[in-house]
Amino acid sequence: MIKHLRSAADLDAATATLILDTAAEMAALAGREVKKLPTLRGRTVVNLFYEDSTRTRISFEAAAKRLSADVINFSAKGSSVSKGESLKDTALTLQAMGADAVVIRHSASGAPHRLASWVDGSVINAGDGTHEHPTQALLDAYTMRSRLGRLDGLKVAIVGDVLHSRVARSNVLLLSTLGAQVTLVGPPTLIPVDIAAALEPKTKVSYDLDSVLPDMDVVMMLRVQTERMQDSYFPSAREYSRRYGLDLARMRKLPEHAIVMHPGPMNRGMEITPEVADSSRSTIVEQVANGVSARMAVLYLLLGGKA
Amino acid sequence: MASPRADTTSKIILSGSDLHRVVDRIAHQILEKTSGATGTVLLGIPTRGVPLAQRLAARIHAFEDIDVPVGSLDITLYRDDLRLHATRALGKTELPGGGIDGRRVILVDDVLFSGRTVRAALDALNDVGRPSSVQLAVLVDRGHRQLPIRADYVGKNIPTALSESVRVSLTETDGLDEVNLTGAPGGEA
Repeated sequence: MIKHLRSAADLDAATATLILDTAAEMAALAGREVKKLPTLRGRTVVNLFYEDSTRTRISFEAAAKRLSADVINFSAKGSSVSKGESLKDTALTLQAMGADAVVIRHSASGAPHRLASWVDGSVINAGDGTHEHPTQALLDAYTMRSRLGRLDGLKVAIVGDVLHSRVARSNVLLLSTLGAQVTLVGPPTLIPVDIAAALEPKTKVSYDLDSVLPDMDVVMMLRVQTERMQDSYFPSAREYSRRYGLDLARMRKLPEHAIVMHPGPMNRGMEITPEVADSSRSTIVEQVANGVSARMAVLYLLLGGKA
Repeated sequence: MASPRADTTSKIILSGSDLHRVVDRIAHQILEKTSGATGTVLLGIPTRGVPLAQRLAARIHAFEDIDVPVGSLDITLYRDDLRLHATRALGKTELPGGGIDGRRVILVDDVLFSGRTVRAALDALNDVGRPSSVQLAVLVDRGHRQLPIRADYVGKNIPTALSESVRVSLTETDGLDEVNLTGAPGGEA
């Protein structure tokens, strides 16, 4: 088993499948009256969050607590970071406290890689800048597999702001490893040139959502990062929504069995209409529940055995 | 001193037909001790306890036409030796419909050795329900208990040295039915 989970590229097909299988067992345990397992008793997991997050932090906290690990939550606000403490000094503090795993979210791409060289414990990337978010990709893959029964040969469209999306990058890597065919869809300004060559040569790119939909098993809508709107990647929110938003008319172009995913938080009415988000094809709420199972699997597989 | 593989002694303890007779006997003993297996659930411990539990249920059905619910109980997450080995893959936990509350649970495993697996199984049971009582059925008891645990139904007692190992093969998991004892008695492993 690997020691850190910094990138979806850390996972080969066998390891990724083991995580998904383990997540399936963890999900089965979630239905019990006593959800707590003694597995990670005496281990310490630090949630080191330099960026705001609701679902990822809560999800990691729930996952660690269900496995009986001690959880320390650290957010940059209200800590010594606001006094100017560097990531390295914070890391050395955690090291001195004996953290067995550090779950890190940071606005700088590559922060988990640096952190891994300073601490002895496992480092889990919970989103770094515009780089990667591997546990999101794992829970997405898990959701696809449990809804559609397989990943090999699945056709997946990832739609929207690919340029800034760590979710997209991790998904391309993981899904390709597991045999799915990914098509990136969005305005040309939001799809980096040569992304296929840089990430995974099998990846396709399209600028026309309507022509792609009839062929897809999965459509994953990305959040339009409104905080980046002033950078003029597209003329207006309305135009974006007209060309790349998923509404009922577009959803009907999908094959019968296809599912609609969104990593959250959603801008309802922007990249996805409320009717689509709340439809039976949408897996958005399921994804949150699956997130806890997938993160339990990762924590167990990284921390459960001999260090 | 490590001995070459060819020198390792391997002895058949139970042949395929012995094994079938032993399973038949345990099925009869369960029927006898539980007055017809009423309110009883068989839970196999993965990997080989699961097919054994299914076989016991099938034999009980053949003898008395009684359907005993069968399930599986994975104990990996409750093991006390997780930190001594590389991470283990999880097995399946599937409780039969109706659960285990208020029922007599018979845990089924292939080999009873240190007793630590059964200890973990008791902890796991505690988290899935409250059975009225818990019993233990094993195909082979090889001794060397490290905990105060004993089996209610034993297929065969096999005196062993610590250096030896007992290998249970079942058609469902290994392609044939057989129990082997390997390793030199008294020799250093």
